[in-house]
Amino acid sequence: MAFMKKILLASTVAVAFAGYANAADLTVGFSQIGSESGWRAAETSVSKIEAEKRGINLKIADAQQKQENQIKAIRGFVAQGVDAIFIAPVVATGWDIVLTEAKEANIPVILLDRTIETKSDDLYLTAVTSDTVHEGKVAGEWLVKTVAGKDCKVVELQGTVGSSPAINRKKGFEEGIASASNIKITRSQTGDFTRSKGKEVMEGFLKAENGGKDICALYAHNDDMAVGAIQAIKEAGLKPGKDILVVSIDAVPDIFKAMAEGEANATVELTPNMAGPAFDALKAFKDGGKAPPKWIQTESKLYTQADDPKKVYEEKKGLGY
Amino acid sequence: MSLLNVKVLTKAMPQLLSLLLILFLNYLAFPGFFDIRLQDGRLFGSLIDVLNRGAPVIILAIGMTAVIASRGVDLSVGAVMAVSGALAATMTVAGYPLPIVILATLGAGLLCGLWNGILVAYFDLQPIVATLILMVAGRGIAQLITEGSIVTFNEPSLIFFGTGSFAGIPMPILIAALLLIIAITVVRRTALGLLIESIGINRSASSYAGLNSKLLLLVIYAFCGFCAALAGIIIAADIRGADANNAGLWLELDAILAVVVGGTSLFGGRFSILMSALGAIIIQAMNTGILLSGFPPEYNLILKALVIIVILLSQSFSSAGGWTFIKAEFLSKGRKRH
Repeated sequence: MAFMKKILLASTVAVAFAGYANAADLTVGFSQIGSESGWRAAETSVSKIEAEKRGINLKIADAQQKQENQIKAIRGFVAQGVDAIFIAPVVATGWDIVLTEAKEANIPVILLDRTIETKSDDLYLTAVTSDTVHEGKVAGEWLVKTVAGKDCKVVELQGTVGSSPAINRKKGFEEGIASASNIKITRSQTGDFTRSKGKEVMEGFLKAENGGKDICALYAHNDDMAVGAIQAIKEAGLKPGKDILVVSIDAVPDIFKAMAEGEANATVELTPNMAGPAFDALKAFKDGGKAPPKWIQTESKLYTQADDPKKVYEEKKGLGY
Repeated sequence: MSLLNVKVLTKAMPQLLSLLLILFLNYLAFPGFFDIRLQDGRLFGSLIDVLNRGAPVIILAIGMTAVIASRGVDLSVGAVMAVSGALAATMTVAGYPLPIVILATLGAGLLCGLWNGILVAYFDLQPIVATLILMVAGRGIAQLITEGSIVTFNEPSLIFFGTGSFAGIPMPILIAALLLIIAITVVRRTALGLLIESIGINRSASSYAGLNSKLLLLVIYAFCGFCAALAGIIIAADIRGADANNAGLWLELDAILAVVVGGTSLFGGRFSILMSALGAIIIQAMNTGILLSGFPPEYNLILKALVIIVILLSQSFSSAGGWTFIKAEFLSKGRKRH
């Protein structure tokens, strides 16, 4: 067994050296969680595009939501002697052993989209994630700027109760509007991140707030709920985007369609491009030996109706959202 | 006849009282609860929301009542809804005309139901296990159809099923009401209802009595699948898209709950489709009330659980003759003492 390990190690080192000789020959193994959401599918396809751009050979293993599959995939990548391993971890704990194996094989590991809890931070090179609190804050600051001092009652469609994006996006938005006393969240309910619940809950909000006439803006924790709510607003005889401002998070293609039609106002992007910054950090590390910071925060870009939503929609449509 | 009506009313008393109480609480939480107006030629108001949002569960509960009366249960209805919604959306996007889309979708629901029926009736699998298979696999099939993304469509004729209206009444309510009337007429104006109850009470005795219980079970499950497909079309049309991950998620439990709240026993036998529909309306009235009340969302499920416990306890209390017991034990004793 030890002999086998030695051979594996030797071959890994050999491959690693080959990698040094020509950066274009980099091989990266990516253990993806699965394809549970449109965003996840887009992340996978953007990773492929980004790898192709850089001439990197990307091997993707779909774990179908199971940690044991991810651990198997990582062991497989170690055995194959890849130059680096990307993991989008399905859960936060239980990675110490397999990451130690990767470390012993001298293969750097980069976490995408989610972080993990480990004994020591040395087990991975860096983590590329979005800051969900910051996303909410960007949305809140947009609203403060847009209403410009006017009184504004906001209704909020929360994500699934207790989920970390729901907690953080709520917190971030509240931070974003904290400076503006003219903006108040009057109602906040969960829409479970889905279109149909978003629509149903918005119907309730509209009735409870004087047929919607008292509502100045809607903040939804994701675009899907906003898309559902926009339909409810229309059915109540109001104009979404004008009578009620609509701001949400994620930047999925359908919200750009709504923005192009003037029915949504702004969205904050949760970029599916986690692999791009990871590739760049990896290259800098391999070429110059410069270790990246432990956390690389992706940009939470704000899109409004002024950003040619029609064009963005066409660009995003093909990504598998 | 009037005697019968009084009897029916007394039997439905706990449910009717629960509904009235919930509606009254909704009114306290939100005084505009009973306001109804016309908006773009369509009735608009919280009460309409209750019926409109409740329509898919009413439709599911109609099929579920028949299944539960036969001493079965169908856990797959939520997944079948996802399948039918996915099919309707992808076929519409692919450009098929509406009649073909509807026929194919309802046909797919029937097939799913037949699959369940074959497993239950001919392979003698326990219904909870047999339908669990499709509950898990169905969502996977739906995801295969939509390729993992939310398929959105803009075809007005299909959208009409979700948000259209006729004479001011939203389509989902009309569809549910129509199905309710047809189902009640078919089971109560023919011997079908009686036959369903008999296999629910004792399947082998019914078979010995000459009843083709296998075929009947097959028909019952197929009908339940049909109802699920219909509900799936409505839900997809309502949001103009098919969300394979979330469409109909956990609605099988709401449907079963509606049947139980309506007073049909999970052990099969006597059933009432009308009462199940009432059960579905009670559940939705509660949901809408919670949304209007402005409570923080962390309380939603606890509130729901509390109300359900109260309703079910009051039912079991009155069906066990609780009031007669109280009268006999306390009131008459009190009288004796004086």
